[in-house]
Amino acid sequence: MKKLQGGAFALAVSTALLASPALAQSSGVVAPQYRWLTFLVFAAIIGLTMFVTYRAASKVKSASDFYTAGGGISGVQNGWAIAGDYLSAASFLGIAGLISIYGYDGFMYSVGWLVAYITVLLVIAEPCRNIGKYTLADILAYRNNPKATRIVGAISVIVVSTFYLTAQMVGGGVLVKTLIGIDYKISVITVGMLMLAYVIFGGMVATTYVQIIKAILLVIASIVLVLLVWSQYGFFGGFLQNAVNDGGIQERVRQLLEAKQAGSTAGMSPTELGQRFLEPGLYFTSPLDQISLGLALVFGTAGLPHILMRFFTVPSAKEARVSVIWAMAIIGGFYVLTLFLGLGAAMKVGAPNILLADRGGNMAAPILAQYLGGGADSMLGNFMLAFVAAVAFATIVAVVAGLVLASASAIAHDLYVGVIRGGSATAGEQVKAARIASLVVGAMAIVIGIAAEGQNVAHLVALAFAVAASANFPCILLTLFWKRCNTGGIVLGMIVGTLSAILLVLASPNTQYPNQIRAAANGIIATQQANVATLNAELATSTDAARQEAIRQAVAGAEATIATQQARIAALGDRTTNLIGLTEPLLPLRNPGIISIPLGFLSVILGSLLWRDRRSEELWDEVYVRQNTGLGAAAASQH
Amino acid sequence: MTTPNIDWARAGQDPRFLELVAKKRKFLFSLMAFSVVFYFLLPLGAAYAPGLWATKIFGVVNFGLLFAISQFVVAWSIAFIYTRRANREFDAASEALKRDLLAQAAQRA
Repeated sequence: MKKLQGGAFALAVSTALLASPALAQSSGVVAPQYRWLTFLVFAAIIGLTMFVTYRAASKVKSASDFYTAGGGISGVQNGWAIAGDYLSAASFLGIAGLISIYGYDGFMYSVGWLVAYITVLLVIAEPCRNIGKYTLADILAYRNNPKATRIVGAISVIVVSTFYLTAQMVGGGVLVKTLIGIDYKISVITVGMLMLAYVIFGGMVATTYVQIIKAILLVIASIVLVLLVWSQYGFFGGFLQNAVNDGGIQERVRQLLEAKQAGSTAGMSPTELGQRFLEPGLYFTSPLDQISLGLALVFGTAGLPHILMRFFTVPSAKEARVSVIWAMAIIGGFYVLTLFLGLGAAMKVGAPNILLADRGGNMAAPILAQYLGGGADSMLGNFMLAFVAAVAFATIVAVVAGLVLASASAIAHDLYVGVIRGGSATAGEQVKAARIASLVVGAMAIVIGIAAEGQNVAHLVALAFAVAASANFPCILLTLFWKRCNTGGIVLGMIVGTLSAILLVLASPNTQYPNQIRAAANGIIATQQANVATLNAELATSTDAARQEAIRQAVAGAEATIATQQARIAALGDRTTNLIGLTEPLLPLRNPGIISIPLGFLSVILGSLLWRDRRSEELWDEVYVRQNTGLGAAAASQH
Repeated sequence: MTTPNIDWARAGQDPRFLELVAKKRKFLFSLMAFSVVFYFLLPLGAAYAPGLWATKIFGVVNFGLLFAISQFVVAWSIAFIYTRRANREFDAASEALKRDLLAQAAQRA
């Protein structure tokens, strides 16, 4: 019966997506005459994942099946699934985009995303597999007060997942809209419905296979694109030589440097400009901010609930180790390929075209695919674009599914079964609670995605990493490795880590400061008004008809800019402060990690020393022996 | 969740267990410290040693590019070094310990 429902639901979702060109806008990177091709590719990939979900649905009988696929995923499979879970649109499209418009700094940014897995491998994956069952809070609750630690653990998981989820939903909606021109709200609803179909019917089994399929497609797409790029521009040394000699790249560097300091490129030769693209400093301007972001990445990944949850799906600590090794090989290999994708896009497509499609550069890889296949008018070009777009779409759905599962497990397993029901619930009740929680979280994700339309959510991913690094990571690390760590430390650490990361971001330049926006807008208005005055003066004296027309157009353009800026000021109303009542940023830091991570660690230590908890210490030997030997761990996932 | 009859306090004081975890801790946290320091050399060097980063090594390939690529090689090497030691040494030691503890528990029962 469930299978039937699942199949019918899948069909309904696919039809909704396929029928939506009727509602589609004319914009989008895909040429309208080839939109059928895009839908064909999308339908094929969605169909494949739906088939997998249909097969998986019959296997989900217990809570263990739903949350962790019964611990029956192999290390290699899990490695691919981790890569699929981790390579979100932000890293898949975002980093290629950063490299294509800023060169070296984009590549440098990608490094932290891989190094993060060393932390996961060395101190998190195996002990967590041995101690935990379904959730992050399971690890915290083991030797501490179960109710208190489950509550703070679950709240932190929900906070981190919601930030991440919002960024994915909004980013996904914008992405699908930009790529194939479907309305934003329909994109968000489609992503949400598909994800719900995977999660509710197929639980972790289906989510895992969707992530594996997506990772394989992503790797295939990247390899094909890089081989094509190499065939045109040469391999490593020759490729980079071509990049340095590329006129488009040279012009892009000139503009970036001139924008920083006018006249700074006066004495530079074209090859010097091109060479500058392979040197740091075009994107990152504050080393402190960059280190702060690096800390959040390197320690935050180990505290991301949807990544942590993946280690409960394998049968043993050894398989957890194997999965991190595979994940590191895939993720690292992917970022190395991204260097060539990014620079290839900079040469083949060019920064102006990339920025025109999307100001953040997110369209670099998809448009590169279109150009490599023969351009916007060719069948092959549009097929390749459609393929990359479909992979991007599958990416968002797969990542969102993992996040929803992590949040739902925190609500159903930690809060409902663990706290409200005191740990006693039948297998049937647990699965039911998990499905209901998934439905609620998924519906929330759709609502948030629609409500946050047009908001700048780029910093939310960084914030999710910062909270994970400042709250989750210190708590997990210390409860696993420090005997004195106890309930007081976990509760204080979770609260201080989460709040300090969020408050520091609210007090940072990331939020909107009305006075600053007003000043900037007024500056632009003043410049444009002066511009209009000069143009009108020229118009009065000009006699050439063509010139007069050009001036009139320039005046209209300037007046439009003035109107836009005036609308920006009007939208602010009489507000003078940001969300938390600040008139200007308290700190110049955009990334809170460098302050909030030490604060998180300090709070766990202080809390543990201030409050004594005999149970935490009595259970230390058990926890320490278990995490190092895996004693009793296999039983946790057998059913 | 609990495995019956294991005397955790005694297991936690077992000299073989203490030797294993002492070795593991030292090894893991040294690797961890090295990888973090090595990683932060990248943004620090890029920000404070732009001259070194721009130094060409061969063709247009500069030190900064090679250093960024070396980060991937080093990350993979750390994973390899850890896995090899864990597979050869730590796994065997913890398996032996686990067998003994289970045997002791069975005797008591």
